[in-house]
Amino acid sequence: MNSEKIDQLRINAAHIRKMALEGVHSAAAGHPGGSLSIADILAYLYMCEMNVDPKNPKMENRDRFVLSKGHCAPALYGALAERGFIPKEDIKGLRHTDSYLQGHPDMKGVPGVDMSTGSLGQGISAANGMALAAKLDNKDYRVYTILGDGESEEGQVWEAAMFAAHYKLDNLTAFLDFNGLQIDGDITKVMNPTPLDKKFEAFNWNVITIDAHDFNQIEDAVNKAKATKGKPTLILAKSTKGKGVSFMENNAGWHGKAPNDEEYAQAIAELDAYIESIGGAK
Amino acid sequence: MAEKMATREAYGKALVEFGANENIVVLDADLSKSTKTDGFKVTYPERFINMGIAEGNMMSTAAGLATCGKIVFASSFAMFAAGRAFEQVRNSIGYPHLNVKIGATHAGISVGEDGASHQCLEDIGIMRTIPGMVILNPADAVESRLAVKAAIDYNGPVYLRFGRLAVPTIFDENYTFEIGKGVKLSDGKDVTIIATGLLVPNAIEAAAALAEQGISARVVNMPTIKPIDRDIIIAAAKETGAIVTAEEHNVIGGLGSAVAEVLVEECPVPMLRVGTQDVFGRSGKPYELLELYGLDTKTIVEKAKAVISKK
Repeated sequence: MNSEKIDQLRINAAHIRKMALEGVHSAAAGHPGGSLSIADILAYLYMCEMNVDPKNPKMENRDRFVLSKGHCAPALYGALAERGFIPKEDIKGLRHTDSYLQGHPDMKGVPGVDMSTGSLGQGISAANGMALAAKLDNKDYRVYTILGDGESEEGQVWEAAMFAAHYKLDNLTAFLDFNGLQIDGDITKVMNPTPLDKKFEAFNWNVITIDAHDFNQIEDAVNKAKATKGKPTLILAKSTKGKGVSFMENNAGWHGKAPNDEEYAQAIAELDAYIESIGGAK
Repeated sequence: MAEKMATREAYGKALVEFGANENIVVLDADLSKSTKTDGFKVTYPERFINMGIAEGNMMSTAAGLATCGKIVFASSFAMFAAGRAFEQVRNSIGYPHLNVKIGATHAGISVGEDGASHQCLEDIGIMRTIPGMVILNPADAVESRLAVKAAIDYNGPVYLRFGRLAVPTIFDENYTFEIGKGVKLSDGKDVTIIATGLLVPNAIEAAAALAEQGISARVVNMPTIKPIDRDIIIAAAKETGAIVTAEEHNVIGGLGSAVAEVLVEECPVPMLRVGTQDVFGRSGKPYELLELYGLDTKTIVEKAKAVISKK
């Protein structure tokens, strides 16, 4: 990937981060930490990779995306706004009674949301269903999903992992946002799900480990997944929870807490400074 | 004696009969020989997906398939379809109102020898609380076939409840079925027996027994538990003044509750409920269990007489 493209994606991702924080701040509730950790993956998928059309969100042969870790909806809404599915000015409605942007993704209410999620473990199963439908219909669209690392403590994730490998769903690419923190703290202390790479390999998946904030690595892994036949791919994306905002990084306390006005101003200032440093518009 | 066929058997045959529709996909969780989806598996192997023993995953996978235009039948025993996988049914299927048909077999105490762990007497109550969920509980093979057809033609989630036990076929080829409609099988003026599923033949027998004792009982078959046919209930209350419900389900949450809710709001009259009385079942021969737990003609007759005395 050339440096111009990387810079553009960095700017897109910073905008997604800003919008995620704008939503959470406006709602005075939500999940900033995990939203920030997946912003780069979402930027790559929505701005670079997926065959989607904001003017025709139900396009039959579109690539599908399922946010299995549905609580990171603020980042998904940011990505949908950045790609043009929803107006950027709607982001501040997050979690408000008069808005269509619920705390967790609602496919009936939000253009571009392919599956309602929020209850952990179910999104990857639904993504399997979509990938299977493509196989049954001989269609070549791909299905992407993002799981949380804490989410992998749900048994259903492993039922789904077995299924995807058994039915050779090579049109499915699952990212696992490995930021190492869940609500109650370090995932290895709460209920250690590691080693996740070895577990998915044992479930007969193609596993690729990357830095979740390196666009070259994201692109390379996505392309390798597309070239892999007969197996689904898990991209184990080592991420920093709260990525992009200094005081939120690697702090489980920001899993499900909104910034106050002062913190929000500082976070936006940091992201704006970053955007300016690479020549983008705020 | 009428021909007998289990409603699960009729379900399996209907899937094959209507299975030429290429949008239909059938999922099963390692129970296809019991749920009778194995016929579809043989006829349309490319559209039969064995999920293994993983009912929660099955429901969410069904949801994903439905988002891509598939009409999905997800089959298991009622205990696991409605019980174990409740939250997947609620969040993956019910909440986005996806086109998934839950084919739940082995409902009720007539499962028999497998015992209480497999005798689901709560499923109607559980499923009834999910907004937008249609619940169909057919009484015989004819009605089961028509219920499957209606579920295919309806766009949205449907819970279909079938039994393991062979039951009399009571309807003929002229019988018509519409989601949300009860069917008056015979008229009467003293009491109305509203029955569903396996208890419908008992309701018909009970009306005949009551007639011999000079009591005129109306019989209403209620194959759709949700949306419940309010009009037929209100008419029965106004015209006969007393109601007995009969179902192979806990009296809490099922048909009896649904009917009571309508009566309380629209036209309160004396009412009694035939069903299991908030207890678990046990192993035994199906008809012995049905008698033991009061899911029989004799109990319907007794409750009908008792409810008339409350008028």
